[in-house]
Amino acid sequence: MIEQIDLSTVNWARAQFALTALYHWLFVPLTLGLTFLCAFFETIYVKTGKDEWKELAKFWMTLFGINFAIGVATGIILEFEFGTNWANYSWMVGDIFGAPLAIEGIAAFFLEATFFAVMFFGWNRVSKGFHLFSTWMVAIGSNLSALWILVANGWMQFPTGMAFNPDTARFEMQNFFDVVFSPYAISKFTHATTSGFALSSFFVIAVSSYYLARRRHVTMAKRSIAVAAVFGLVSSLMLAFTGDEAAFIDAKHQPMKLAAMEGLWNGSRNAPVVAFGIVNGMKQPGDFQDPFVVEFKVQGLLSLLANRQAGSFVPGINDLVFGNRDYHISGVTDMMKKGKLAVKYLAEYKNAKKAGDLSNASRALAEFNKYKKYLGYGHLDLPKESVPPVAITFYSFHLMAAVGTAMILIFFLYLVFTAKGTIDRTTWLYPIGILFFILAYIAGEAGWIVAEVGRQPWAIQGLLPVKMARTDIAPVNVKLTFFMFLVTFTLLLIAEIKIMLKQIQIGPKGGEAK
Amino acid sequence: MIGSLDTVTLQKLWWLIGSVVGSLFLFLTFVQGGQTLLWQLGKNETEKSLIINSIGRKWELTFTTLVLFGGALFAAFPKFYATSFGGAYWVWIAILFTFIVQAVSFEYRKKPDNLFGSTVYEAFLFINGTVGILLIGTAVGTFFTGSNFVLNEYNLVRWTTPWRGLEAAQNIFNVSLGLFLVLNARVLGALYLLNNIDFSGMDTFKTRTRNAILSNFIAALPFLLIVLIGLLTMDGFNVNPATGTVSMMPFKYLKNLVEMPIVLIILLAGLGLVIFAVYSAKFQKRDSGIWFAGPGTVLVGLSVFFTAGYNHTAFYPSKVDLQSSLTIFNASSSHYTLTAMTYVALIIPVVLAYIAYVWKLMDSKKLKAEELEGPEASENY
Repeated sequence: MIEQIDLSTVNWARAQFALTALYHWLFVPLTLGLTFLCAFFETIYVKTGKDEWKELAKFWMTLFGINFAIGVATGIILEFEFGTNWANYSWMVGDIFGAPLAIEGIAAFFLEATFFAVMFFGWNRVSKGFHLFSTWMVAIGSNLSALWILVANGWMQFPTGMAFNPDTARFEMQNFFDVVFSPYAISKFTHATTSGFALSSFFVIAVSSYYLARRRHVTMAKRSIAVAAVFGLVSSLMLAFTGDEAAFIDAKHQPMKLAAMEGLWNGSRNAPVVAFGIVNGMKQPGDFQDPFVVEFKVQGLLSLLANRQAGSFVPGINDLVFGNRDYHISGVTDMMKKGKLAVKYLAEYKNAKKAGDLSNASRALAEFNKYKKYLGYGHLDLPKESVPPVAITFYSFHLMAAVGTAMILIFFLYLVFTAKGTIDRTTWLYPIGILFFILAYIAGEAGWIVAEVGRQPWAIQGLLPVKMARTDIAPVNVKLTFFMFLVTFTLLLIAEIKIMLKQIQIGPKGGEAK
Repeated sequence: MIGSLDTVTLQKLWWLIGSVVGSLFLFLTFVQGGQTLLWQLGKNETEKSLIINSIGRKWELTFTTLVLFGGALFAAFPKFYATSFGGAYWVWIAILFTFIVQAVSFEYRKKPDNLFGSTVYEAFLFINGTVGILLIGTAVGTFFTGSNFVLNEYNLVRWTTPWRGLEAAQNIFNVSLGLFLVLNARVLGALYLLNNIDFSGMDTFKTRTRNAILSNFIAALPFLLIVLIGLLTMDGFNVNPATGTVSMMPFKYLKNLVEMPIVLIILLAGLGLVIFAVYSAKFQKRDSGIWFAGPGTVLVGLSVFFTAGYNHTAFYPSKVDLQSSLTIFNASSSHYTLTAMTYVALIIPVVLAYIAYVWKLMDSKKLKAEELEGPEASENY
């Protein structure tokens, strides 16, 4: 389709997307969870009528607002980046992908934008009840916006509810509900939002622990911890559950990603989970190098987690690249041959149609239809292109899973000591709480790296490789905007952190006595 | 009922929806207008604070409307989204950049330890209100003057200048439209402040605001005239309804207005409302002008978008390859997607209703200086 593919444009475009998405995800998870925590705090205030809870809610809202602004700033670029850097993608799948983005605007962003103003400036302008309602609307609105963007992302991981139209050479929607209720959409939404809830709970716990360590705002900090520990524990359990579900559907629909996550090169019936490992970065498909320099395995666990059946076969990278007849896996090499035929017949169809040669057009179309499933593979040049970067995917996945599991224990500890009434004396726990706030950030970013790097080379799984999705533009433009965003977002991040730390240092109103 | 609409009706309907969202955005640029008036109208910290807090409670609505405009065009006219954003790369990047810096500026301007100091954040707001709106106007101008792109047989865009859209700023019509929008936003901004702030005890501040309405309107007039005269006299991009072939037609947009008299009426009514608002604010000393100039701006916006997209007109034309030009018929999503999105669009009236309700609730009392200095002061920008 494009005669000369300039790889440096696609790589800069990918780098730019990674940069903007990772920056955006520094702020979004805190928005998703902290808004619910603010709603909980305000609900308690309205129920009890105690002003301390109002001050407490307002303090966390101030921090929420600082974070929210930069989340908005980093978010707008993502929506338009699909057009600027991925114009071919936007045209080829805009029919399907554009819809959730538009719905996000109509159904979610306006809820946030409208009620945000009430939440911050409406304390003396609307009734207590309407204010509480507004705070809840901000919480629901921000999480609804996450829903729609994750529906869009889920569709990229598992394209469904659509068909390829050879006349327009693009993908068109066939079933809206298949797109919205795809297993990936649900999995992405539940996993990403619960990770935001857990991270926000750690944010509240970390700030409150800092106050307890300094013996400042002790009552407020203890109350905040009590609510955040409960919310965090429930969220982290949900997070683990939805994470397991995510791996299960990866096994079904993105087996290459799953194989990269576990560094599994040769499939087996007793596939292991690598509890800890150092990946051999030199390994290539089909060679005989060891996949790991060091590894500690739990035999059979991956078979159980991936297929929920002990002793079931989990394909490795080599099985997926070269095929495995015993398990009826057709390899990338085979799919590439069929894909090249699809590309060839599509061009023949278009040429014949242009020339008005109807009989050849319908013959070419019939041939194309046989192979159209593999159209995306027709754009790959080498079978090994279909393998995502294994080391990055492996380490990101293991880091995420380890932190995610440990989180549950930390929330549990905070809850236990709160229940015992000794949390303000359990000083050894505070640094751990603060550390886990940072680790939760790293784990969240790592999760997105698994999801997005792990599906390379695909913009849309199996259908459209990233190199075909990009805009026809000289790399210098994308390089320039990359550095423009890098500098801008970094400066804004520094400003945000400084403002945030200052506000934490100032603390809630109501003085040190509390 | 929606399920039985044919493709052409849906395409026209979605151009209407896009036009409404775009025109509402133009109304809501009173926020950007207010941003550029900050230094001119606010002579001390209290006055500046009142301005920032008045428009600051609405900035997200404007921002969200812009985002929805992008999202709606992506869903309904993906070929436009791909062609324009991927093609006129630098115009859109520059516009977005001004909105990135805007988004943090209200919140961070007065917070201690904000890295840059409040002047820099105020400058960000000024850049957003000037450069941002100017470039949006320039981009809309290309709906009439055309752009430099070629689409290949797979509809993938190639831009023929290295300026990637910035070359549109060489055209007087485009730039005049941009400058008109900047100055109109300032008129709207001053009108909004006049209506939203309680000026008791601040007569000079109020007079300054009132004067700004007239002076910015007068400054806008020459650019409005250039745009109107240009629009009525220029050759336009006509689409042959039978073949879909695009060709240049003399007085195309004048013809559109004559052949769609309702659009002409909308345009004149819109201009009339804006003029009346300025007159009533300056000479009748009324404060409610925003409620005439705002809807007036919406009507003018609608007439511009209708002229660009309806009556067999290419709404995103290519100067260099006429047959690459985009029309609402060749740039749209499939029948299925347009239908599904039309069902979704049924909630738009609900959204508008709650926005209006909350707006009324929040603005029923005018913003007082005491409110910004009282015990609730920390909740302000």
